[in-house]
Amino acid sequence: MKILVGIKRVIDFSVRVQVKKDGTGVVSDGVKMGINPFDEIALEEALRIRERGTQAEIVAMSIGPADCQQQLRTALAMGADRALLVQSTDTIQPLMAARIFHELVKRENADLVILGKQAIDDDSNQTGQMLAALWDRPQATFASKVEFKDKTLTVTREVDAGLEVIAVDLPAVLTTDLRLNTPRFVKMPDIMKARSKPLQVLKPEELGVITAPKLEATNYAPPPQRVGGKKVEDVPALIRALKQRGVL
Amino acid sequence: MNRILVIAEHDGKKLNPATAKAVSCASAVGGEIDVAVFAANASAMAAAAAKLKGVKRVLKIERAENVHQLAAVLTPQIVKLAAGYTHVLAPSTTFGKDVLPRAAAFLGVQQVSDVMKVIDATTFERPMYAGNAIVTVKVPPSPCIVATVRTASWQACSEDGNAEITAVSTDAVIPSHTRFVELKADVSDRPDLQSAPRVVSGGRGVGSKENFAVIYKFADKLGAAVGASRAAVDAGFVPNDLQVGQTGKIIAPELYVAVGISGAIQHLTGIKDARTIVAINKDPDAPIFQVADIGLVGDLFKILPELEKELDKI
Ligand SMILES: Cc1cc2nc3c(=O)[nH]c(=O)nc-3n(C[C@H](O)[C@H](O)[C@H](O)COP(=O)(O)OP(=O)(O)OC[C@H]3O[C@@H](n4cnc5c(N)ncnc54)[C@H](O)[C@@H]3O)c2cc1C
Repeated sequence: MKILVGIKRVIDFSVRVQVKKDGTGVVSDGVKMGINPFDEIALEEALRIRERGTQAEIVAMSIGPADCQQQLRTALAMGADRALLVQSTDTIQPLMAARIFHELVKRENADLVILGKQAIDDDSNQTGQMLAALWDRPQATFASKVEFKDKTLTVTREVDAGLEVIAVDLPAVLTTDLRLNTPRFVKMPDIMKARSKPLQVLKPEELGVITAPKLEATNYAPPPQRVGGKKVEDVPALIRALKQRGVL
Repeated sequence: MNRILVIAEHDGKKLNPATAKAVSCASAVGGEIDVAVFAANASAMAAAAAKLKGVKRVLKIERAENVHQLAAVLTPQIVKLAAGYTHVLAPSTTFGKDVLPRAAAFLGVQQVSDVMKVIDATTFERPMYAGNAIVTVKVPPSPCIVATVRTASWQACSEDGNAEITAVSTDAVIPSHTRFVELKADVSDRPDLQSAPRVVSGGRGVGSKENFAVIYKFADKLGAAVGASRAAVDAGFVPNDLQVGQTGKIIAPELYVAVGISGAIQHLTGIKDARTIVAINKDPDAPIFQVADIGLVGDLFKILPELEKELDKI
């Protein structure tokens, strides 16, 4: 079977993101970039499905500027067989991303698409659900456990009430939650090997994707700052402080 | 005039309090508000929704398939129902996050996630980068606006309304490719984490599942709900539905007590709207102290029993 995995290049999760003074965006010059953590989990899950004995070709796909090749090379080093970059310097919002992925999914004849449940830059949590809609196939979102048998996935989903288990027929879209797995570390020899794996660059125009409507960001502002930092000496002082704030 | 459709969230028995928050957001947009209840038997939830202030009509969409709130089942019906509405809203809970983008894509609409504030009927504020940036977005109004509502940013509307309840049917075709198997939910008589006025959360510092008893005990004393950091959930101390943060629950209690939690950005995202944050941590340099209104440095296993004793005196 063929598994497509989304790999988004984002500001690394450890960076404390700063809003630009002029409100036009966030500071990204010279900031550490990486693979969206949920997407690493997506790729790891694809690799594990294969390692558990299912024959599978695993294709990593990304949308964004030429620099995304770095993240795709990492994905190849982790174990993806080949990579597709739909190169664009536009801001790609979830509906557009879903339309592009849908084209790739049709071209590749995918059986399973695994995406992160959200990207830690725009925190939208939409692309997987949208792709499933356009493809008119099932979605199993926020997955923390996946079992695979006879063209059916049994997926445990992290929901507000606890854990929900659903069964979906392939082809399907899966989106990952953090507890699905712990991604492997890339080893040096694998990085070398990844250099010779195929990485194809495409243009959105070539795919014939109709441009999706967009949200227009008119201003970026830092969140209201909490003024914390006060410490008390001991438990009685803590109780007094709580009373003072009218909490007790 | 705006016509707003709010998708109700429920568990088949009761309306989820997040629905009343989504209605507050709808009122901020302004216009005629309808609430849609998809269920096998919607009576109880429809009656509760009819009380939500500002709601004009409650639409009951009763169908055997609607017994479980599966995105694949609900979206074809939402898409049919959406015709004629300017806005379709749902709470930004795991339910709304699952269902609404699927509907938005069918409608050809770029969804707005996690609306914190309504500037006008087509302009909203939403968080990005784990809440480190608040972005104002202008949304194309046609064919309609689809948005999820960040519940921690909204108060529940009052319940003195009296909307009319109408049964509605759609001719939507429901796929069979997605099937509900089971819900594993911990039944607890403790307050609900998402709506409780007081929350006590434990982190990796609590050390083990057994040790978490001290958190539960202290929470019970305060009448508080229990939460946790991702590290505590990952380590198996507590179930996943207790996770607070960027990828867990975003909450806004009156009082939040963080015990043995370091205060990673992703955790803080979930508690920014808490009125008072208390931190108990043995490391005086833990980042949680920078946001805490009241910090106490020390060993949680000493401090919590002492606190309980002091609380008994009040
Ligand atoms: C994409 C992504 C999403 C994430 N989403 C979330 C999320 O939703 N929620 C979340 O919480 N995290 C999330 N995280 C993880 C986050 O980055 C931190 O790793 C996590 O919050 C740390 O949990 P902790 O504070 O319990 O553990 P630690 O950082 O290990 O802190 C433990 C603390 O306990 C203190 N301690 C230890 N023993 C004692 C004692 N006896 N008495 C008092 N204090 C003690 C220590 O001083 C320390 O400060 C996410 C990470 C990523 C990459």
